[in-house]
Amino acid sequence: MDRVILHSDLNNFYASVECFYNPEIRDRPVAVCGSQSTRHGIVLAKNLIAKEYGVKAGEAIWEARSKCPGLVVVRPNYMQYLRFSMMVRKIYENYTNLIEAFGIDENWLDVTESTRLFGSGEDIANELRKRIKYELGITASIGVSFNKVFAKLGSDMKKPDATTVISAEDYREKVWPLPASDMIYVGPSTRKKLDNIGINTIGDLACAPPGFLEKHFGQWGRTLWIFANGYDDSPVTPLDFQPCIKGVGNSLTTPRDLCTNDDVKILAYVLADSVAERLRRHHLKGRTVQISIRASDLSFIERQGKLPHYTSTSSEIAEKALEIFSNSWDWSRTIRSFGIRVTNVVMENECGQLSFFDDEKRLRREQLERSIDGIRSRFGHYSVQRAVLLKSSDLNANPVEENVIHPVSFFR
Amino acid sequence: MDTGQYADFAARRCWNLAKVFVEVIAKFTKDGRKVPLIIKWEDGRSFDIDKVTDVRRAASLKAGGQGIRYRCRINGRETYLWLEDDKWFVDSKS
Repeated sequence: MDRVILHSDLNNFYASVECFYNPEIRDRPVAVCGSQSTRHGIVLAKNLIAKEYGVKAGEAIWEARSKCPGLVVVRPNYMQYLRFSMMVRKIYENYTNLIEAFGIDENWLDVTESTRLFGSGEDIANELRKRIKYELGITASIGVSFNKVFAKLGSDMKKPDATTVISAEDYREKVWPLPASDMIYVGPSTRKKLDNIGINTIGDLACAPPGFLEKHFGQWGRTLWIFANGYDDSPVTPLDFQPCIKGVGNSLTTPRDLCTNDDVKILAYVLADSVAERLRRHHLKGRTVQISIRASDLSFIERQGKLPHYTSTSSEIAEKALEIFSNSWDWSRTIRSFGIRVTNVVMENECGQLSFFDDEKRLRREQLERSIDGIRSRFGHYSVQRAVLLKSSDLNANPVEENVIHPVSFFR
Repeated sequence: MDTGQYADFAARRCWNLAKVFVEVIAKFTKDGRKVPLIIKWEDGRSFDIDKVTDVRRAASLKAGGQGIRYRCRINGRETYLWLEDDKWFVDSKS
């Protein structure tokens, strides 16, 4: 039996919530924008009226205003959006336990087993829409299909407040004429590559020989072909929406260019200290160390290497970073900015491979760094310093506090 | 035009007169339900709720709020009372 998968997308989510709470702006063009003073003055979401004026997500406020002079600009209230997201999820939970969040406003639901109780996928979708509208005052577009990829396509086809069914019988007529870029995972660069080989629609993709796609895109080629043909069988994994941390990094553009290995060493320790402290604060450990270098001519390189075990100690991160650095930089140019990032992170209480030989040393290092965290939180960041940092005080800094950039989109 | 980025909107925010927060005296039952008993209006008048005839989660588009909605009978007339988080509100008829 075919699965019944829904993909629900809350229409203009941020803007809808704002319009709901402020009836007086409902009939005006509204854009939810980040704050201009912290240089995040871009449109995060807009309502339908603003959309008619051509206001797009991602453009600057002044751009949006020039298209739409009467635009009402609203500050985002993430806590409110998160609250709504949870309440919508509560509604979904009445119909199935298989709910996979995709961002704050999208969810996949596997209702295959629930169809015996609540009727067909379309019935459930309509009931969900009705309830979301009645109980929360916002609208959703829901796609109903037999796999996740087509369900997502369906939710994009009719907006707002609509149900679109794509069945095994009619997907060729409904899905195949759509441009390939409508499909999930076909971004701008894949689209360009597809264009180059004469594939414009999802149908083209589905009818292309998988081997041919594989030759151009590697394994992804076959995956895209599977998606386009509706063979995708990836399950809806019960997944809460949580802003998961994929890596922790810091970079600094220094007051003067770095021109010796010693300079880099100082900066590496400054940055590794900060990265390690932030890893520990989030109870994480990481295994891959990446460095990024912007040279004085603004050219940019990134290199990475893997540690033998997960770590959150700054000395291990710094040593690895310096090792990667010495292998990848020839000092033909001076360095303008330097960054260290730790990725491949796990929770710190996760089990790891123990070693017979150097575990005690590592443990003591870790404890030492935790003590330093404690001292710093009481007496300030500069109360305990590495000796190497005293050599060149102009390169010293406290990126944890002095160099924080808040992401524009907090939950993505 | 407006001085600050959000000034235009901030000025309008106070225009939302449809959502009126009210003081409520409620009973907390043994099984965890909340039953509103008396609504106190802004001007000091208070109204006894004779009966709660329906309880469900609902949005008020007019007031711009959502939560648990109580359909209350007061002096023979039906009116809606919402509990949003920990605040009670009604949508004003004006």
